[in-house]
Amino acid sequence: MESGDLAWVLVSAALVLFMTPGLALFYGGMDRGRNVLNMLMMNFYCLLIVPVLWVIAGFSLAQTPFDNGFIGNFDSFFLKDITTAGDGGALATVAFLGMFAVITPALISGAVADRMKFSAWALFVPIWLFLVFVPVFKWVYGGWLFDRGSIDFAGGTAIHVNAGIAALAAVMVLGARKSDPSPPHSLPLVMIGTGILWFGWFGFNAGSALAANGQAAQAFMNTFLAAAAAGLAWLFVEWKRDGHPTTLGAASGVVAGLVAITPAAGYVSGPAPIVIGLVAGVVCCYAVRLKRKFGYDDALDVVGVHFVGGLVGSLLIGFFANPSFFDGEFDEGIFYGGGGKLLLEQVIANVAAIVWSFVITYLIMIVLKKTIGVRVSAEAESNGLDLSEHGETAYHSGS
Amino acid sequence: MRETHMKLITAIVKPYKLDDVKEALKAAGVVGITVTEVRGFGRQGGHTETYRGAEYKIDFLPKVKLEILADAPDVDRIVDVIAAAANTGKIGDGKIWITDVETVIRVRTGETGASAI
Repeated sequence: MESGDLAWVLVSAALVLFMTPGLALFYGGMDRGRNVLNMLMMNFYCLLIVPVLWVIAGFSLAQTPFDNGFIGNFDSFFLKDITTAGDGGALATVAFLGMFAVITPALISGAVADRMKFSAWALFVPIWLFLVFVPVFKWVYGGWLFDRGSIDFAGGTAIHVNAGIAALAAVMVLGARKSDPSPPHSLPLVMIGTGILWFGWFGFNAGSALAANGQAAQAFMNTFLAAAAAGLAWLFVEWKRDGHPTTLGAASGVVAGLVAITPAAGYVSGPAPIVIGLVAGVVCCYAVRLKRKFGYDDALDVVGVHFVGGLVGSLLIGFFANPSFFDGEFDEGIFYGGGGKLLLEQVIANVAAIVWSFVITYLIMIVLKKTIGVRVSAEAESNGLDLSEHGETAYHSGS
Repeated sequence: MRETHMKLITAIVKPYKLDDVKEALKAAGVVGITVTEVRGFGRQGGHTETYRGAEYKIDFLPKVKLEILADAPDVDRIVDVIAAAANTGKIGDGKIWITDVETVIRVRTGETGASAI
């Protein structure tokens, strides 16, 4: 790896790391004041356990060798032959991808908020990492879905659709919260979290070029534009439909746009990121209301924003993929004369990820439920998980 | 020792009127106020807020509670000052009530009664 590329990948890795605390604040502000520390801790726990597991075996199973169809092997166990060899490019890539492994299970925390036992979460994350994140990541990057010709620039399918559908499976086992949903306890935290996410997402998307080149610059600009367009779309839909342009709506739209542009970031150009952002903003703004229709308690709308947003972006690649970015390696999008082949592959890749992630996550949750239990007691739920799970309180009066 | 000539004035007002009430009371010679942020509803009821398309009924609105100890002869004047300063003419302006106080003790000196106010 050239030194300029290496510098950009290292900086990008640090940017992506910052997204997880950003996500924690985004979720934490939306949550209740008595559960905010639990929400922050569910996210921080991913920052603690995933890097260690990633280096021990996660990276090896997810990427070594690159052309294995379904799962890697143990050749890079404990980063064997990576830590000492070469110009640092391989090591920087392991670190960069490790940050993605951190944030993917963290995304699920927003759905299970307010009632999941922390001990159950502490086991869920490592099990889910190996049984769901690692295989799906492998299929999409170097595995059978990749070989068939689907594309996912920075993790629309592998990360957002994957975590989003897992969130649905998790809350179906976990059940609904006992008390009525409450409004966000701190919208300023939500806005700070959104800003951090947006900032970090430049590393997530532009860093995924794994080089400091034109594709990285295009991904950067696309990330900038899609988030803005989606924020605008959500803001105006709510303003017209519900009467007010809300801060939560603007923040939610920005995140939905970032999710949707993720799979497309390095493969689309011109007005495409604005169109993708606008579509994601409108669709997700309506999708977050589906949970009440179908009766699943996805507390902070992981399904409506991450699953739906990821799917929107991944499918729109089938229309907008510009072949000048991949030089014949994949089929071009419909708007570039490619026919429906790429769109079909995008559908297949997402269906495969959805089925695997949903079924395995559901089974993991069932096993946890039957063994250690997944829910806090009704008393702990009403007193707050900050106190029951962590022995702490976020907001003290008079101190 | 029973000194029923002392009164506790309790006033619930709109939070943004607190500064006006405080300045008016200081101008009227009141030397001490205790303020608490409280929530509640009266005839005004609550309101609804909409987040991600879902409506939430907010039953308890934020208000400020002031507590003022006063010698009985001063009470009417203080109540008038509060009522004038807190009035906007709109629903939700709040309430003032007066209760008897058995005694008052100043912690630092041990003084009791009106001299402790």
